[in-house]
Amino acid sequence: MSAEAERPILQARNIVKRFGRVTALDHADFDLLPNEILGVIGDNGAGKSTLIKVLAGAIIPDSGQVLLDGKPVHFRTPLDARAAGIETVYQDLALAPALTIADNLFLGREVRKGGPLGQWLRLLDRSAMQKQAREHLSALGLATIQNIKQQVETLSGGQRQGVAVARAAAFGSRVIIMDEPTAALGVKESRRVLELMLEIKRRGLPIILISHNMPHVFEVADRIHIHRLGRRIAVVNPRDYSMSDAVAIMTGAMEPPPMTEQQAA
Amino acid sequence: MQEAPDRLDRAAAPEAFFDSCVVWAFVLQREEDVLSQSRLLKTGLAGAVALGILGTVPAFAADVIVGLITKTEGNPFFVKMREGAQEKAKELGVELQSYAGKYDGDNEGQVAAVEGLIAAGAKGFAIVPSDSSAMVPTVKKARDAGLMVIVLDTPLDPIDAADATFATDNRKAGELIGEWAKATMGDAAANAKIAMLDLAVNQPTVDYLRDQGFMQGFGIDVKDPNHYGDEEDSRICGHEMTGGAEDGGRTAMETLLQKCPDINLVYTINEPAAAGAWEALKAVGKDDGSVLVVSIDGGCPGVKNVQAGIIGATSQQYPHKMASMALDAIASGKLPDGVEKGGFFDTGAQLITAEPVDGVPSITVDEGLKLCWG
Amino acid sequence: MTSTNATHGGGADYERVLPGRDDAVVFEEEKQSPLRRIQQFLHAYPTTIPFIVLLAGIVVFYLLVGSRFIAPFNLSLVLQQVTIIGTLGIAQTLIILTAGIDLSVGAIMLLSSIVMGRLAVKSGVPVELSFPLGLMAGMACGYVNGLLVTRLKLPPFIVTLGTWSIFGALVLFYSRSETLRQQDVEAVAAFLQWTGTAIPIGAARLTYGSILMILVAGLIWYVLNRTAFGRHIYATGDDPDAARLAGINTKRTLLAVYTIAGLICAIGGWVLIGRIGAVSPLSGQTANLDSITAVVIGGTSLFGGRGSIVGTLIGALIVGVFRNGLALAGLDALWQEFTVGVLIIVAVAIDQWIRRIAV
Repeated sequence: MSAEAERPILQARNIVKRFGRVTALDHADFDLLPNEILGVIGDNGAGKSTLIKVLAGAIIPDSGQVLLDGKPVHFRTPLDARAAGIETVYQDLALAPALTIADNLFLGREVRKGGPLGQWLRLLDRSAMQKQAREHLSALGLATIQNIKQQVETLSGGQRQGVAVARAAAFGSRVIIMDEPTAALGVKESRRVLELMLEIKRRGLPIILISHNMPHVFEVADRIHIHRLGRRIAVVNPRDYSMSDAVAIMTGAMEPPPMTEQQAA
Repeated sequence: MQEAPDRLDRAAAPEAFFDSCVVWAFVLQREEDVLSQSRLLKTGLAGAVALGILGTVPAFAADVIVGLITKTEGNPFFVKMREGAQEKAKELGVELQSYAGKYDGDNEGQVAAVEGLIAAGAKGFAIVPSDSSAMVPTVKKARDAGLMVIVLDTPLDPIDAADATFATDNRKAGELIGEWAKATMGDAAANAKIAMLDLAVNQPTVDYLRDQGFMQGFGIDVKDPNHYGDEEDSRICGHEMTGGAEDGGRTAMETLLQKCPDINLVYTINEPAAAGAWEALKAVGKDDGSVLVVSIDGGCPGVKNVQAGIIGATSQQYPHKMASMALDAIASGKLPDGVEKGGFFDTGAQLITAEPVDGVPSITVDEGLKLCWG
Repeated sequence: MTSTNATHGGGADYERVLPGRDDAVVFEEEKQSPLRRIQQFLHAYPTTIPFIVLLAGIVVFYLLVGSRFIAPFNLSLVLQQVTIIGTLGIAQTLIILTAGIDLSVGAIMLLSSIVMGRLAVKSGVPVELSFPLGLMAGMACGYVNGLLVTRLKLPPFIVTLGTWSIFGALVLFYSRSETLRQQDVEAVAAFLQWTGTAIPIGAARLTYGSILMILVAGLIWYVLNRTAFGRHIYATGDDPDAARLAGINTKRTLLAVYTIAGLICAIGGWVLIGRIGAVSPLSGQTANLDSITAVVIGGTSLFGGRGSIVGTLIGALIVGVFRNGLALAGLDALWQEFTVGVLIIVAVAIDQWIRRIAV
């Protein structure tokens, strides 16, 4: 489970981002190995959300490089990142409440009927989208949602989270980023999401998990990226370190381990 | 709606645009971050505002300010009034500031205009009140502040709330067409079926005066002469509201035709309403001369409709005269001879018809076309 | 799917009991009271209420007034009377779906009709040219609204409040407050009056204007329900952030919506000329609020993201039926105003109630 000399799927080198006089990212690095769940932790203001937004294409860095499969990429908008196969499950889910599950799954990537109906009349192929939506949800074990034509606002928080995760898993081809996925959920529903994450990892998609919930991070992550003061200060293996150690490193109470002991690629 | 009314001389139509820019400039000033990305836009707006201010600078050169507040800008009656006022203002060397409400019934807009004129130190103003009773306290405020207030066209309720009222005697104007209709129908008048196309549910003075005047001229017992709808004469099919415009006129006529398919006489509050009513009559084939339509106003399109046989007779009134008399009075500070304070001066109404009848004085269509407005 | 507590060092103690949990799905339906079931049904099909109100209105007035009300000619008359507002209502629905509002629809309609008419009658422009120019004037006005909403990021209420004045001023400026009489319009531009031509269907009369309105409604219905663009419109109104993150260009969507609305208002201007025959700057004084009334009574939420074109047409018909019924029943005209007010409040209250679906 520890990384061999595998090439990271997603990398960032020397990212700098300033907002006015505040330096959010100060030569930050990042590595994501294939087939892993990488936990990203850091105190508020450490810059971890900014780093993630850079990777997701929502923020353009002042300097530094982002590499996908070893090749430099320049994301101008979140759509560029999406097109490159990086899907994000946002903290507030980014689902439109009045639209149905199927609508939301395919929002922005609607499927049209083939032939002239689809091309000239721009007719949507709703039955195809509903069918595919059902498939995606079942693949993740979310078949408990009865009606694919339900409006998202009628679902519970955990079910909505499931839909958002299913959307990312359906379209993500390289990387999935999950931003605080269990923050608003109860015990049972959080468990469900963690199981979903493992399922996605089983399918071969690496996941970046940003979370404040140490138990959850320690449970599913293969490596943990600790962010502090605008840069990555450590990458540790959750089996070798305790939660309190990780929190201590994160808050500066403990010195980060020397590079040789770290799990950085 | 609490909002500054449109200030609108035809030549100053751009001012409404600039006024809106001023509003936006104030709104945008509070939203600094919105404009931080478009400083050019801010500069442009500031420029427009400056131009707008510059554009009004020459107007402030004259010493005496006289105001004119009409009901709306769309009605050519008020346009003619404004033109009369402008001519007179130029002649007298005073500055005219004209305003209008947003719609027929916009009391708030007119109140805002009055307050603006008080603040500007106007000597006085002429006003066509949209709401004859609601306007009274504001008029009192203006008079208390020393402004002379002349009411045009639609008297206040009570009428002596103004310094003077120069208007058509709307009741008399209604009587003229009522008498004409009765005489034209002859014996059939006893069994007429009458559609009353009025102005608005709140019955401003011009509305009930014309309505009741028509009924009195036609010989209907009006009960309360200052309110319509309380009559019991079975000849009346009903009252529907038109808003004084073509589209309202059509809908009102259609509705009354449904209520009483045998309507043969239509009273209309003004000629646009009559034009709309005619479209409704045409749609059911009643434009064959079986229905008599009467109206009031004497605007040029209306007089042409008399010529075309759409309107049987119309009472013409003279907005130009009202306005220039008002400007005279305010600029000089003196009311015309014979008019007491709080009194009424009848600027006159003449019946225009192609089918004159005995006992009802009228002028010909050609004469009407010479005197018409709009 | 096995619990992963054992494989990693983490997992809280309290989670150890989870393997024994009951996996029954949380949202299985409990016994629901009939009222609750009605609420959920209406949540899914909000157009039901306006439809029921319309039917109820027709029945009530039939009982009150009799055959004069229910006669095909009278009902088709009501359709004619609501056609202009119905057309403007379609434009207004589009904008309200995006959580906006347009106070300038009446002014845009008026400006378009004046441009179409005046160019032909006063400037001698052939109607084949003046008509499309009138339509383009409407589109341009809508485009301006859209630009101001998307670029300046001002609330649509404020923007259209301002453009209502601006377009209104342009109307008065260009028309010189003159009305062009029906005969003058007919002489050079009878095409503009075509929407007023009525086809007899038995005793009823159906105008081309009403047919046009229904066609436009059908087209917009198709776009809203069967195309991706329609989904984007709903998403933009429902949750603009979610829409943006899903890759929807909300700015472009809004701009397109306002421009299309402007075009529909211009079509309304064409229908207006058909109805009154003349080209008059006095028209449409209450059009703005009437169009919003039709949309609201038709069940579209002012908060955006939900609603339908069919609802708006039904809303317009409701107002027309009630006005017509009350007048035929002999009631004073002020009761028409009163009733419309009551209908609005009831419609919004019901909308609020059915939105309150507990999760």
